[in-house]
Amino acid sequence: MADDLPAHMRPERSFQGLILALQRFWADQGCVILQPYDMEVGAGTFHPATTLRALGPKRWNAAYVQPSRRPKDGRYGENPNRLQHYYQFQVILKPSPPDIQDLYLKSLAAIGVDSGLHDIRFVEDDWESPTLGAWGLGWECWCDGMEVSQFTYFQQVAGFECAPVAGELTYGLERLAMYVQGVDRVYDLNFNGREGADKVSYGDVFLQAEQEYSRHNFEHSDAEMLFKQFTMAEEACKKYLRAGWAPDKSRHLMALPAYDQCIKASHVFNLLDARGVISVTERQSYILRVRELAKACGEAWLKTEAGGAS
Amino acid sequence: MPDLLLEFFSEEIPARMQARAAEDLKKLVTDKLVAAGLTYDGAKAFATPRRLALAVAGIPVRQPDIKDEKKGPRVGAPEQAIAGFLKGAGLTSIDQAKVQPDKKGDFYVAVIDKPGRPAIEVIAGIVPEVAKAFPWPKAMRWGEASGKPGALNWVRPLHSIVAMFGPETEEPDVVPFTVGDVAAGDTTYGHRFLSPAPIRVKRLDDYMAKLDAAKVVVDPARRAQMILTDAKTLAFAQGFELVEDEGLLAEVAGLVEWPVVLMGSFDKVFLSIPEEVIRATIRNNQKCFVVRDPQTAKLTNKFILTANIEASDGGAAIVAGNERVIRARLSDAKFFYETDLKTRLEDRLPKFSQIVFHEKLGTQAERIGRIVKLASVISEVMENQQQIGQRHYQGSSARYLNNVQRAAQISKADLLTEMVAEFPELQGLIGRYYAEAQGEDEAVAHAIEDHYKPKGPDDLVPADPVSVAVALADKIDILVGFWMIDEKPTGSKDPYALRRAALGVIRLLLESKLRLSLVSVFDAQAINVDSSFEQLARERGAKQGGLYTVAIGHGAVPWAGKQVRKNSVDLLAFFADRLKVQLREQGARHDLVDAVFALEGQDDLVLIVRRIEALAKFLDTDDGKNLLAGTKRAANILRIEEKKDNASYSGAPDASLLQLPEEKELARAIGAAKAEADQAVKREDFASAMTAMSKLRPHVDAFFEKVTVNVDDGKLRANRLRLLNEIREATRTVADFSKIEGS
Repeated sequence: MADDLPAHMRPERSFQGLILALQRFWADQGCVILQPYDMEVGAGTFHPATTLRALGPKRWNAAYVQPSRRPKDGRYGENPNRLQHYYQFQVILKPSPPDIQDLYLKSLAAIGVDSGLHDIRFVEDDWESPTLGAWGLGWECWCDGMEVSQFTYFQQVAGFECAPVAGELTYGLERLAMYVQGVDRVYDLNFNGREGADKVSYGDVFLQAEQEYSRHNFEHSDAEMLFKQFTMAEEACKKYLRAGWAPDKSRHLMALPAYDQCIKASHVFNLLDARGVISVTERQSYILRVRELAKACGEAWLKTEAGGAS
Repeated sequence: MPDLLLEFFSEEIPARMQARAAEDLKKLVTDKLVAAGLTYDGAKAFATPRRLALAVAGIPVRQPDIKDEKKGPRVGAPEQAIAGFLKGAGLTSIDQAKVQPDKKGDFYVAVIDKPGRPAIEVIAGIVPEVAKAFPWPKAMRWGEASGKPGALNWVRPLHSIVAMFGPETEEPDVVPFTVGDVAAGDTTYGHRFLSPAPIRVKRLDDYMAKLDAAKVVVDPARRAQMILTDAKTLAFAQGFELVEDEGLLAEVAGLVEWPVVLMGSFDKVFLSIPEEVIRATIRNNQKCFVVRDPQTAKLTNKFILTANIEASDGGAAIVAGNERVIRARLSDAKFFYETDLKTRLEDRLPKFSQIVFHEKLGTQAERIGRIVKLASVISEVMENQQQIGQRHYQGSSARYLNNVQRAAQISKADLLTEMVAEFPELQGLIGRYYAEAQGEDEAVAHAIEDHYKPKGPDDLVPADPVSVAVALADKIDILVGFWMIDEKPTGSKDPYALRRAALGVIRLLLESKLRLSLVSVFDAQAINVDSSFEQLARERGAKQGGLYTVAIGHGAVPWAGKQVRKNSVDLLAFFADRLKVQLREQGARHDLVDAVFALEGQDDLVLIVRRIEALAKFLDTDDGKNLLAGTKRAANILRIEEKKDNASYSGAPDASLLQLPEEKELARAIGAAKAEADQAVKREDFASAMTAMSKLRPHVDAFFEKVTVNVDDGKLRANRLRLLNEIREATRTVADFSKIEGS
């Protein structure tokens, strides 16, 4: 497939080409190709298309790019691998199809990773998200010793058993692109696949942002405001959850807006954590508070139509 | 006789679980076969990343027939009873039952023939049972089936099962069963990338051969051997030597079905990083081996990786890829190393006051403060006993004591470095590197690394007196602290590794021959923990407006003539238990531990062990054995008579009531032996104390031979019982003989 593309669109030539190739591949598998969720999240898993859709009996196959924010990972643009804002490509397939590993390997082939030439391995890596009350078993996928994806069979989300189980694939796009482009520094990635004056690098797009957000995350973010925001998001989440329940608790009508506030609280917590204003003991209690919200949202979701309530 | 071949083919099984799973499969299946009357000749289990296989050879074709006898009612019993018996035994007429005589008359006995079932049927029942309850450390559900309750749990999705049963000379049969939604068959698959096509198999030999042709080495031991041999050869060919690593080898053998060993290199500039860090980086993150130069014994800039494929370019892309990842990892490590070196260890200490060590024991800073205090106390004892200043510091006690303080102070500082954050298992070692780099005394630098030791029963015990003092303080503080907040090990739970800490203290004391009164040290450290409690109370009081109190086991109890904390006595008992375990593992007489601890005031482990050794030697002699028997006999008589009379026969016997020469002699001998043994014990000469005791033996023997204790004359009897008690008392000079097993 990659051979039909113009040079600047080829996944091994441009960052955007890589994204487009993955989207095309998973669209061909029947996935809904979504756009990123319009809120700050720490990982593609937080997108309601994964967290909430992983719950309940309905089939669901989707793929999307999700910008992910990890305020603590900022390095002022000085580290060749670490970013406080990066992209994940997320695929969720529910129930997990029997050939999901083969599909994954085909997706690598689609972006130019030849399994006859490269050593692709599934190495144990169990996944757990204390904030989402979620866990699953799976692997990190290695290509020549480099971790390029996470592969997880969700067993539990928001404290509820997944029935059926969804398979989740998360591609670290920058890493994968660095690999296929043969680049050692993330900022040197070719973003648009052009050469010479027309070339736009990853650094052209994001280096300044990394520097500015690192300053913000570590030195200047308004901790007092963030503490308030955390409490406000927490309160709002609980309020929306209360308001959404039908009197007999058979239905919930506002799981999604409530879950937005849970995401908000989680991101605000990450900002506070990066700012170093949360002590070790308090840290645990903040994580628990977010988990409580996530659990309550999951419970509500299971009583919505998409959550499978009859 | 037929053989069984089983294979569970799944998605990638974690390397660390494979060996155990193969063993479990073997044990569970063969145990059930035997329980079903199907004995076998031999069984072998194998694992690869994608399969668990089991071959059981020499299973009979059928279960043996069983004759079951069922006893029925008496001959001539009521109709109803007979009818019930016939129904229960599955007989149609009472004529089918045998009649057997019994003490009370004739009875009916039904003989039921249970014909054995074909083995293949039995196996078809056994294997699904084993699979459904397979003891994976972690298992999961998957796919369509996971939508309904009762779905199969397996380590990763299960794709196919091979189950073949039959004799060597015939076409084997597929054992008919289903696990989850997978039906057993005769088909498996080759290597994921090199030969993925389906393969039909019959029995173990063609299974192994066909898979081998399909680029799968089924036997993990063979894969490990291939990797090791190829890695050594590859290193040797370049004039280097493989740094062998058994754990890594086993793990890597569990990550590949078709090992292909390749060598890569990294920039020499990274060799400036400590070797252990290079090795940890390459091993932990990349599962690769490191290589050293046999001339210098130093690492070279090479590494050895094990790929799972024979690549079409001979592995060039794989090596290049791995080199890039290792370069990135090492440059991170180098960056951490260089960044860390910019901050002196002592400058990191203030941060410890924000790091909680344990919610109830306060911060790391508090803990370090306590370790410093205790290490100082211990080092003073060491200096007094062993003149360390003289021996190691040109006569300067102060330099030794200062070194201990300094080492204790910065012993934990490396926990706050980037390097230890990245490689927690290098704690201590990294501290030593940084201490050396900032010009600390060599003994201080080594103590930072060694104060965690001994980490287990096989770990070396530090010998340098600075390391010994800090290592003891580190462990005793944790033990006293956790005892005071009542976080003691229970059963299999020991989350803070307190048993290991106690064993560490025992080994440190014994090997350095340091004489320490443990109870006094525990009591002293408890005061330091008290001040941490007070500090916590102040902090939390200010924050929560309430006082924080912890008060468990603070009560004073009498011990060896003084008042000490109950906790300290409890902790001493814990040490006695650990000492028993330690002696048992060395094959020594652990049962003597109680006999010595039962004496008053025993808390000096060096003395205790010396006493146990002398006692063990003594009990190996005839004198010792007989004295022990005599003492036990005396104690038994006393116990019985004291119970009968509801009285206690303690106190010295009345000399004027001693009549027979044997009892007079015994009384005299006891007095002499006791005095002599007492003197010897005071000199800590336990061998002589035992010799003194051995002089008692003929007199005890003669007493029991000639003297009747339970005579009619009440006064005489009481006096003789008192004399028996004196035997018991005298032996207590060396040990409490009643606590010794055997006779």
